[in-house]
Amino acid sequence: MFTSFKDIIRVCEERSLPFWKAVLLDDCRESDISEEASFEKMKSIYLAMKESDANYDPNLRSASKMVGRDAEKLRLYQQDHQMLCGGFSSRVMVRALRVAESNACMKRIVAAPTAGSCGVMPAVLVTVQEARGLSDEEMTRALYVASGIGGIIAARASLAGAEGGCQAEIGSASAMAAGAAVYLSGGDEHAIADSCAMALSNLMGLVCDPVAGLVEVPCVKRNVIGAMNAISSADLALAGIRSQIPADEVVDAMKSVGHMMAPQLRETGQGGLAATPTGQRLCQELMEEK
Amino acid sequence: MNIFDIVGPVMVGPSSSHTAGAVKIGNVCRKLFGEEIRAAEIYLHGSFAATGKGHGTDRALVAGLLGLSVDDERIPDSFALAGEQGMDVSFHTISLGEDAHPNSAKIIMHGEEGRSMEAVGASLGGGRIVIDEIDGLRVNFSGEFPTVIIHNVDQPGHVAEVTSMLQHKSINIATMQLYRTGRGGHAVMVIECDQEVPRQSLEWLSKLEGVEKVGYYSPN
Repeated sequence: MFTSFKDIIRVCEERSLPFWKAVLLDDCRESDISEEASFEKMKSIYLAMKESDANYDPNLRSASKMVGRDAEKLRLYQQDHQMLCGGFSSRVMVRALRVAESNACMKRIVAAPTAGSCGVMPAVLVTVQEARGLSDEEMTRALYVASGIGGIIAARASLAGAEGGCQAEIGSASAMAAGAAVYLSGGDEHAIADSCAMALSNLMGLVCDPVAGLVEVPCVKRNVIGAMNAISSADLALAGIRSQIPADEVVDAMKSVGHMMAPQLRETGQGGLAATPTGQRLCQELMEEK
Repeated sequence: MNIFDIVGPVMVGPSSSHTAGAVKIGNVCRKLFGEEIRAAEIYLHGSFAATGKGHGTDRALVAGLLGLSVDDERIPDSFALAGEQGMDVSFHTISLGEDAHPNSAKIIMHGEEGRSMEAVGASLGGGRIVIDEIDGLRVNFSGEFPTVIIHNVDQPGHVAEVTSMLQHKSINIATMQLYRTGRGGHAVMVIECDQEVPRQSLEWLSKLEGVEKVGYYSPN
């Protein structure tokens, strides 16, 4: 896998390849499979992503009862009101909640890059597909873009909240979705890298502070901000706005910020919102239930 | 790791590191043990200990030991399933030291005839894992490749025997690691391969003089 944006951009330029194709060819070489086999596999992942959205059950609640039914609440509100966010963005928000709630309710989802952040990519991608009438094949290419980006972050930093805080999960998902959205809107490899740099910069330092240690509060709603940050970062990059700090350096900074985070802020459920009086009370109540 | 670990896996929630990764650690341990597990002592470290219960890590590890896959919707019910299949499970908290990954578990498995095996695994995020220790010896493999684990007496020639066998079967080595307790003591070879290793070749290896045990893990 590629370990830097610099490398992937160099390959794109030297061989006149689009970003997604550079990632695809690299995977074929490394995994020793044909382009067709790799593409089919990636397409099945995209279809599973769409399914995770379609299979949302508005009646489900998580075992802790802290999460569930909010996506439906937002959808009904969106139906009857002129939302501040507007049509496209509000649909992105609803989808992010749908998929993230499904995950908390132990339904089948696609970890992208993690389960806690599984709502970000489908929220952005499925909504773009719907708005622009794109084929599943084009969406599959966008997934290659996203996976190439995630691979770079995994190699240089981390995708685990326990290591890097929420910036490693929602932040990474947001960067992956931003890059994919830039591709789908006709942006080149430089715009893709810039959108990632901005998406990661905006969420840098985000801590992992799950109440009662569950992937529910605040994780589900952070999928919404991850998705919204992705589309705004994508639009910034598509407008030609550059990140002053190159994407690779942003990822390196994210790694170092993760190392500076106290363990209480890295998925141990001991800091941030988890440590608030209400967070503690919810945790206590759940423990007593068991 | 490849791109399908980044976008993927398709899995049952809620956590790729604490649920899917835990299932995989259980899967790899089950295959390494190579026989039905009658009892398992599971020790949770770090974040696994702090938030494991909330993420279903305990149920996921047991699901993995039972051989369920990460997208199997029976994962939440694994304790009941273990009961039905006659597998006793106990949970404990442990500190594996500062160097251990926060998402680590140590699993001691016991078989039908008193054989037991101990392994330490860590979940690295996104469902990827690493096995750090087998029977007290440090190792390092991902469970993504067919992997041969050979316990032998530390004496000249064993590496050559194993690599010649692999060459003879046209099997390419992806990574290879050697560990030993001390000169002439107990040694372990961990070899990740690009192709599957045939059963009869593994049996042949296990009969060689000085070879104490041959373990094999296939991701497929």
